[in-house]
Amino acid sequence: MWLYIVRRILFVLPIAIGVSVVCFSLVYLAPGDPMQSLMPADASKADIEMLKHAYGFDQPIPIQYFRWLMRAASGDLGVSLQTNQPVFGEVMRSLYNTIIIAAGAVLLAFGFAVALGTLAAFHLGKPLDRLATGVSVLGVSVPNYWLGIVLIIVFAVQLGWLPATGMSARSADGFDPTQWDQLRYAILPIVTMGLVPLGVIMRSTRSAVAEVLAQDFIQMLYAKGLGTFAVVRHALRNALPQVLAVMGLQFGYLVGGSILIETIFTWPGTGFVLSKAILTRDIPLLQGTILVLSLCFVLTNLLVDLLQTAIDPRIERA
Amino acid sequence: MTAGDIPDWAGQPDQGFEGYRFVGFNLYDGLLNWDLSTAGVEVRLKPGLATAWHIDGTDKKKWIFELRKGVKFHDGCDWNADSAVWNIERLTSDKSPAFSAANFARGRSRTNDIDHAEKIDDYTIAIYTRTVVSLFPYNMPFILMMSKCALDKAGNDYKTYAMAPAGTGPYKFSKVVPHERLELVRNPDYWDPKRVPKHDRLILLPMPEATTRAAALLAGQVDFIEAPSPDIIPRLKSAGMNVITHPYPHTWPYLLNFQRGPFKDLKVRQAANYAINRQEVVDMLGEIAIPSYATYTEYQKNYGHPFEYKFDAEKATALLKEANCYPCAVTIAISTSGSGQMQPLPMNELVKAQLEAVGFKVKFEVLDWNTIIDAFIKGWQKYPTFDALNFSSGVVDPLSGVIKSYATMYRSPAGPNWGWYQNSEVDDLSTKVLNAFDEVEQNRLLTQINEITSKDAARVFIVSDLNPRALSPKLKGFVQVQSWFQDLTPIVVTDK
Repeated sequence: MWLYIVRRILFVLPIAIGVSVVCFSLVYLAPGDPMQSLMPADASKADIEMLKHAYGFDQPIPIQYFRWLMRAASGDLGVSLQTNQPVFGEVMRSLYNTIIIAAGAVLLAFGFAVALGTLAAFHLGKPLDRLATGVSVLGVSVPNYWLGIVLIIVFAVQLGWLPATGMSARSADGFDPTQWDQLRYAILPIVTMGLVPLGVIMRSTRSAVAEVLAQDFIQMLYAKGLGTFAVVRHALRNALPQVLAVMGLQFGYLVGGSILIETIFTWPGTGFVLSKAILTRDIPLLQGTILVLSLCFVLTNLLVDLLQTAIDPRIERA
Repeated sequence: MTAGDIPDWAGQPDQGFEGYRFVGFNLYDGLLNWDLSTAGVEVRLKPGLATAWHIDGTDKKKWIFELRKGVKFHDGCDWNADSAVWNIERLTSDKSPAFSAANFARGRSRTNDIDHAEKIDDYTIAIYTRTVVSLFPYNMPFILMMSKCALDKAGNDYKTYAMAPAGTGPYKFSKVVPHERLELVRNPDYWDPKRVPKHDRLILLPMPEATTRAAALLAGQVDFIEAPSPDIIPRLKSAGMNVITHPYPHTWPYLLNFQRGPFKDLKVRQAANYAINRQEVVDMLGEIAIPSYATYTEYQKNYGHPFEYKFDAEKATALLKEANCYPCAVTIAISTSGSGQMQPLPMNELVKAQLEAVGFKVKFEVLDWNTIIDAFIKGWQKYPTFDALNFSSGVVDPLSGVIKSYATMYRSPAGPNWGWYQNSEVDDLSTKVLNAFDEVEQNRLLTQINEITSKDAARVFIVSDLNPRALSPKLKGFVQVQSWFQDLTPIVVTDK
C-alpha cells in the first residue's frame, strides 16, 4: 500500500509541472493587455514601460515563467494587479470560501443521491425508479443560476427566512460555518450548487448498485436469509468505489468554483475571484488561482484514488 | 454597488467612477471636490482641501492652491502643504518612497498633465503643468489625499496601510470582509459640518448581478441599489420601493472610424444618425434613458443648439445611396457588459435592426469588456476591421469628455480620440479652450465644439442613461444629482 501511495504521489509531480506551464502560458493567449487595463487611454509609452518594469512584465516570457515558478514553489504567487494584495492570500481565502459551499453541496448531494440511487436500483423500471431518475435528470438539466434566483425569490424575498446574498459582517476574520448567523448565508448557495452533483452521483449510484445487484453473490446473500438492509450494505460497499470516484470529480469541479452561483450570491469564492481576474486581465491572480485550483483537482483525484484502494484493495493490484 | 468587487480603499480606487463614488470620495478628499448638494443643476467644482485656487499671473503653467487650515486626517495627523506635495509626488514619480504602481496607474489620467508640485508655505502649494491647460482644476477631485503618517507607519506598504487607511473624508474605515463588504463609519469631526454623515455606518456590498441587487433590496438586506434592470422596475415599485432617475453626463454612442471604412464619408455618418429611432430604444428600456444627439446632454450648460438628426429612415436611405454605399456593410465592436454600457446586447440588437432597415449591413464583433477597453485605448489602427465601437462616455469634465475625445493631438494611442476624428475648426477651438482661463469663454468655446461635432456626425449618438436607483421606503434624505458621483452623507434610514 505504501509503495502504491508513493508511486501515485510521484505521478502527481510531472502533472503539476505541466499544469504550471499551461496555466502560465494560456493567460497570454487571451486578447487584452494587463497594463492597458490599468493605465488610462492617454498614458505615455514611458508610463506604460515604467509600469511594466514595476510588475516585471518587461522580461521575456520564459524568464517570467521561471521566476514565477521559483516564487510559487515557496508559496509566493505575486501580487494582484487590481487589489494590490498577495495572490496567495487572495486564492487561499477564496478557496476556503468555495470549499465551504462545495463540501456542503457534495455532502448534501451525496446523502440524497446515494439514498435515491440505491432506492432506484432496488426498484428498477418501477415508478420509484422513474421518480428518482426524474429527480436526477432535473438535477443535471436545471440551470443552477436560474435555480439560485428562484431560491432567492422564495426564501429571501417572499419568506424572509434566509439572506439573499453575501457572507455576513461577522465573516471579517474568516467565515465560521459553526455559527448559525454565518452559516445561514451559505445555505442557498449550497443547495443551488448541490443540484448538479445530486443528479450525477444519483445516476452513478443507481447504475453501480444495479450492476452489483445483478451479480450472483447477491442471490446467495438472499439465499442465506440476509435481510434487505444487510444486502443493501453489501451492495453499497461494492458500488462505493465507483460512486466515490464520481463524487471526487464533482467536488473537484465545484472547488473550481461556479462563477455564476458565486456571482448571484455574491459569495467571494474561487469562481468569483477567477471571473474578476479574467475580466480585468489580472494575470498574477489568474495564474495563481488556476495553479492552485488545478493542484487541488489533482490532489482530490489522488485522495479519491487512495480512498478507493483502501475500500477495494483489488484496485491496487490492478 | 454594481461593481464586481469592493473598490480599493488604499488610496486611488479602482472600479472606475463607481470606485470614486462609493469609496474614494467618502474616505478621502481632493484639493477640490465636486459640489453634490443640489439636484437639477450641473455639478461644479467647489473647495475641498484647498479653499481657493488660481493660475499664476505670469506663468500659465503654475497653479496656486491655498490649503484649508485645521484639517486632520483620520489618524490625527495634520493636513498641510507637506502632505499635499507628498501626495502629488507619490502619484507622479516612481522615485517617491511612497510610489505604488497601482495608485500611479489609477490616477494617471488625472496626473499626466502635472510636471511637479512645490510647497510655497505651510498652507500654500504650487502645481506646475507640462503645458498650458486651463481645464487642469477639473483633475483635482480625482487626486485623493491620504495621510503620510499612516503610510509611513505601514512602512510604505499599501497592503499594510489598507488595514488602517486614513484620509480626511466624511467617513472612516471600519472593517472589511474581503470581496464581500466594506464598512465605513461616520467621521464626526469632518471639516465640512454640513457633510457629516447623518447615519452611523455605511455598508458597501458589491453585487454585479442585477437580479441579486433587486432581490437583496426586496428582502430588506440592503436599502439602496443602483442600476435595477428595466424589467424589474415595476416589481420594485409595486413593493413600495422608490425608483428614482435623473439625467447625468452620459452618452451611449458608436465611436466611429474616420480613417478607414464607410464612416469616413459624412453622408454615411449622417445616414447612421438619421436611421436611429431613439424613442424606440428608450421605450425598450422602460423610459430609463433619453434620446441623445450630441456629446453633451441637453441638461448640461454647454449643450447649445446642436444639429439633431431626428429619426428619418427615408433620408437615411437616400444618403446611403448618394454615398454609393448601399447596402453599406459595417463592422461594429460591442461588449456584453461594462461600466456605463447599460443593456448592451438588446440595445445593440435593436440598433442593428434600425440600421439594417435603412440599408446598412451590420456585423457585430462581440467582445468582453476588457477587450473593448483595450480596443478603445489602442485605437482603430490596432483593430482596423472595426468601423465603429460601442463605448459609453460622458462629459464629466470638459478636458477628458470633449477636448481629448475630438482634438487631433489626442488621437489614439496618445489619447481617447479613438477613430482619429479630425476637424481643424475643432482643433482650433480646443487650443483656445486650453488657453482660456475665463470660465464663460471656456463654456462658449466648448458649446461651439459640441455643436460642430454633432453636425459633423462625429459619433452615432443614440441615448443617454437616466441613472436609475431604487431605494427602500425607509431611506430618506438622498438627493440624486446630475453626476456620476453622489453624496451619501444626508441619508437617514428610519424604522418605517
